[in-house]
Formats: sequence, structure tokens, C-alpha cells
Amino acid sequence: MRSAEFSEIDRRLLNDFQQEFPLSPTPYADIARALGVSEDEVIAALARLQARGAVSRVGAVVRPNTVGASTLAAMSVPPAEIERVAALVSGFPEVNHNYEREHALNLWFVASAPEADRLRAVLDDIAARTGYEVLAFPLVEDYHIDLGFDLRI
Amino acid sequence: MEHSLPTPHRPRVDDADRRLLAAIQHGLPLVSRPYAEIASRLGLSEAEVITRLTCLRDTGVIRRFGVVVRHRELGYAANAMVVWDVPDDRVTELGCCLAGFDFITLCYRRPRRPPHWRYNLYCMIHGKSRDEVFAHLEWMVNHCRLQALPHEVLFSRRRFKQCGAVYERQPIAVS
Repeated sequence: MRSAEFSEIDRRLLNDFQQEFPLSPTPYADIARALGVSEDEVIAALARLQARGAVSRVGAVVRPNTVGASTLAAMSVPPAEIERVAALVSGFPEVNHNYEREHALNLWFVASAPEADRLRAVLDDIAARTGYEVLAFPLVEDYHIDLGFDLRI
Repeated sequence: MEHSLPTPHRPRVDDADRRLLAAIQHGLPLVSRPYAEIASRLGLSEAEVITRLTCLRDTGVIRRFGVVVRHRELGYAANAMVVWDVPDDRVTELGCCLAGFDFITLCYRRPRRPPHWRYNLYCMIHGKSRDEVFAHLEWMVNHCRLQALPHEVLFSRRRFKQCGAVYERQPIAVS
């Protein structure tokens, strides 16, 4: 990525606040002080980054299976059918990620629900409505400590 | 579904915590006092919202709290899920080895699904190009001595959906 596409404030916001975001009454003002700019500039920059899709949100990444139940799942869908099936899968509010990948098992998604029973029902419903088997790959063990991602921009 | 899903274990998350996580699932509002705004929607005080979020972060329910970026929009066009068939007694050792690289964003053990799927260790590699992903992969294979272990590289071809998880059946509307 050509770093000229992002201002210095953008780069600092994207790289330096992926974790340890201030849990104080005025987090944007706290960040602004750290960056030597105004609170309004921080808020405007985050709004711009969100509008252009570089930032998904400012918020929490919840550890899987602590608040609700979630799983990775995959389906093997004929290429001619993939757009239709993918749209159907994405249409479920419980599905938060949905990707086509280069493999015979070509549609991979993550589904989350308040309880394991509801999650199972969603996966069953997806299989029934698409006509393709859904393989569930729930998390067994997590080895990664999430410190954010160094974007090097 | 022919396979059972695990029963989630839930460390000290009460109903107000759930409502709070639901209220911020699409992001904190970009206003001067975002926690106060969330608090007013939920009928809580600003201080209680901050205390609860701090506690959820400290207990690891929230694994990360901050700016959530989209890799693809930031120039990381190549995104590969790499899956490994690892002997069961070596999964933890190798999972910890893979998880140590800074270009890895996820590293999970998941169940095999014979006869469809033999792999039990997953990691996600983000790179600016396929070549960069393969260079990372080669480095990992050499460093963690994975040469003998079967693996496959599943590049993403298309992203159909990417958003935060929705844990409430009736999501609380946020602006």
C-alpha cells in the first residue's frame, strides 16, 4: 500500500490503537492528546477511515465461545452455484464472515449465535435451504494472542 | 449436522454484559463521550459501562478492544488459510510455534472431519501478494520444522461478507 494514501494521523490511528483503546470517558480526546491533534480531527479521521472501509469498527473483538457459540463451517458448492449459495448464507444474520476459497471445499463462513443449540439450528437450516452439506469446524484450542496486526504502513 | 458442537464455557458474563456487547457490536459511536451514549441507550451509567468493558477485557472475554481494521482495504490483498495435518500429540507445540509470527492473525486447533477433511491445525496469513504469503509460509515451515507435515493453502477468492459477530437475536440498533 502506498502510504501516501493515508495521512500521518490515519496511519497512527490504524496501527497504534488496535488494542488498549482508552476506556476513559473521552477516549477520542485522549488519543488526540497522544497524537498532538484535536479531538474533532481524530473523530473525523476515524469516520473517514470507516467510510472508505479501512476500519471495520472501533470496538471489541470477543473471544470465541465466551459470550455465545460460534464455529467455522465449510461447504463444497459447484462453481456455477456459488454466488446463489453464498448470498443465501450471507443472508443469515448469524453469519459474520463468508469467503470463497480456492479448494474443493470452497465456501467458508463463520456463524455465531447466543447458544450452541441455536448455532446448530442455523447450520442445519443453511444445509437444508442450500441442499449442500455443511461441515462444522468448531474451535478446539486457540494459540494466538491477539495484539492487533502491524500494518507497516 | 452429524457432528456435535462444543458447549461454550462462559466466564462471568451476565445479561447486562451481553446487552453491552450487543450495543457496541457495530462499533463505538464517534462522539466525544461514546460510553455515555451507549450507557444512555442501555439505562446504565457511563461509569458502569466503562467498568464492565474494562472487566470484560481484563478477563479475556474481549480479546482486543480498539480499531478493527480490514486487511484487504489496507493493501493486504492475499489472504490465505493454511491448514495442517499434525499428529494429535504435537498440535499444541506446533500451534504455539505458528502463532508466534507477526504475519499470523489466527491460529486454531479444529477437529478433523474424515473422510472429507484431514486437517486439524489452522492459521491465517495476510500478505500484500501471493508471493509474500508463500515467503511467509516457507519461513514458518523452516522455523517450526513442518516439512514432513501435509498442508494446504486456501487463498480467499472472494469476500461475500465480513462484519462483527452478532450474539443477540434482536440486535440493539446503533446509528
